[in-house]
Amino acid sequence: MTQLVWNGLFVGSFYALVALGYSMVYGIIKLLNFAHGDLYMLGAFVGFAILGAAGGVSPAMTLPVLLAVLVATMAGTGLAGVALERIAYRPLRHAPRLSLLITAVGASFALEYGMRAGAGADPRVYPVRLDGASFEVLGARVTLQQLVLIGLAVVLMAGLNLLVTRTREGRAMRAIALDPRTSRLMGIDVDAVISRTFFIGSALAGAAGVMAGAYYGKIDFLMGFLIGLKAFTAAVIGGIGNIPGTMLGGLLLGLLESFGTFWLGGEWRDVFAFGVLILFLTVRPTGLLGERVVERV
Amino acid sequence: MLELRDLDVHYDGVHALRGLSLTVGPGEIVALLGNNGAGKTTTLSAASGLVRPSGGAVTFDGRDITREKAHKIAALGLVHVPEGRRVFSTLTVHENLQLGGYLVRDHAEIRRRVDRVYDVMPRLAERRAQQGGTLSGGEQQLLAIGRAMVTGPRLLLLDEPSMGLAPLIVASVMETIAQINAEGTSVLLVEQNAVAALKIAHRGYVMENGACVLQGSAAELREDTRVAEAYLGG
Repeated sequence: MTQLVWNGLFVGSFYALVALGYSMVYGIIKLLNFAHGDLYMLGAFVGFAILGAAGGVSPAMTLPVLLAVLVATMAGTGLAGVALERIAYRPLRHAPRLSLLITAVGASFALEYGMRAGAGADPRVYPVRLDGASFEVLGARVTLQQLVLIGLAVVLMAGLNLLVTRTREGRAMRAIALDPRTSRLMGIDVDAVISRTFFIGSALAGAAGVMAGAYYGKIDFLMGFLIGLKAFTAAVIGGIGNIPGTMLGGLLLGLLESFGTFWLGGEWRDVFAFGVLILFLTVRPTGLLGERVVERV
Repeated sequence: MLELRDLDVHYDGVHALRGLSLTVGPGEIVALLGNNGAGKTTTLSAASGLVRPSGGAVTFDGRDITREKAHKIAALGLVHVPEGRRVFSTLTVHENLQLGGYLVRDHAEIRRRVDRVYDVMPRLAERRAQQGGTLSGGEQQLLAIGRAMVTGPRLLLLDEPSMGLAPLIVASVMETIAQINAEGTSVLLVEQNAVAALKIAHRGYVMENGACVLQGSAAELREDTRVAEAYLGG
């Protein structure tokens, strides 16, 4: 039982990290960025390339090296996200929503098959694995690497939440989400803030990609497809556009899958996840924490 | 300090402004009157950079800002409070005001300006932790003006601040505008409520079909029979 909860929370924290970028981008320009999962894939490959270039890693140095790679990868995927917005999405800012959506699907394919062309179709084995002792907590087997990865995810999410709720930049993001035109009248450079939002969202996805590579040990050019859809599901469950809601949605989806797999069997895992997505879209499309504000005119 | 010269604006196939010219001097409240669709809102949007004029020029303090971006124009101290108040509905009153200080790097200065708004508009101080969207119409209008005040404007462009408000509230909003002006901020005031606007304005323009058809001091416009017939219900 506690094992199921722990596994669920662990996978859920990955989902949450990726879902946050989805949710931030949706919040600010109302775009479902279907290429977001591929930025996670890109992150895994960028991390792979950096580790490969650095040569072997001595086992004692695994954690600090991984952290350094994580930071470099976040910068790299962040910039890739900024470029994606600049090239593919900004010219369509005032186009119908559907054009933007189709462009996002196209961007997703471009990233996936661009990576296949560049790095090949075969899965790569990650040159670093976090091996660690496992120990028992309340009857659940927990490994050190899981603790480290979950810790990283929590730190990143807490930092993001502070940024959005407490800072000038975060206020500007929330203002643009509500009313970009009026935001400009406050002196906010809307394009610049949107760029930085893509940077942050993509950097978080890239971080999750490196963490997934180090944890699962294998990466391939299509690894972002399913997690992109899962992140979308997580964002919908929590309330897309809502930061705490999205974190909650990620963790809940992890837990649902963990328990669903246990009760129904592993082959039902994705069926279960997307069944939940359909259920939410029908019954509560605003998600658990997404709410409509009553506005007086 | 603001000069619009021979301004032409086309959008969506409509010729919204046809050679409009007007000026606002330092310390003035200038009323811009006219019926729905006369081009009053377009005039403000052209000045603040929200729409691009197809001809003519906008200068602010002698500087040509005709093709400047909206956020840069706001930074120069020419601040547009749009029609319908446009308060950020899920942000608190306090956060709305802080956003006005987006361009101000000095936290103490932002706090000083926000406190100043609370002094002038005590209703907002009472509601500082409430979401903007939950305020009444009059309170939202004050918040929109207060938020613009935090930017430190030298000229405010106000679009229909009286819209949808009860007469008593209109009077209090106009009084607040006069007070802000008395402290040194110039105002270009777009209004359909000509009576209320001409009470506090120094000068005024009347627009029709995208051009200015009449101008004069507030007293002259109040006496003018054409204005009286068309806008003052006389």
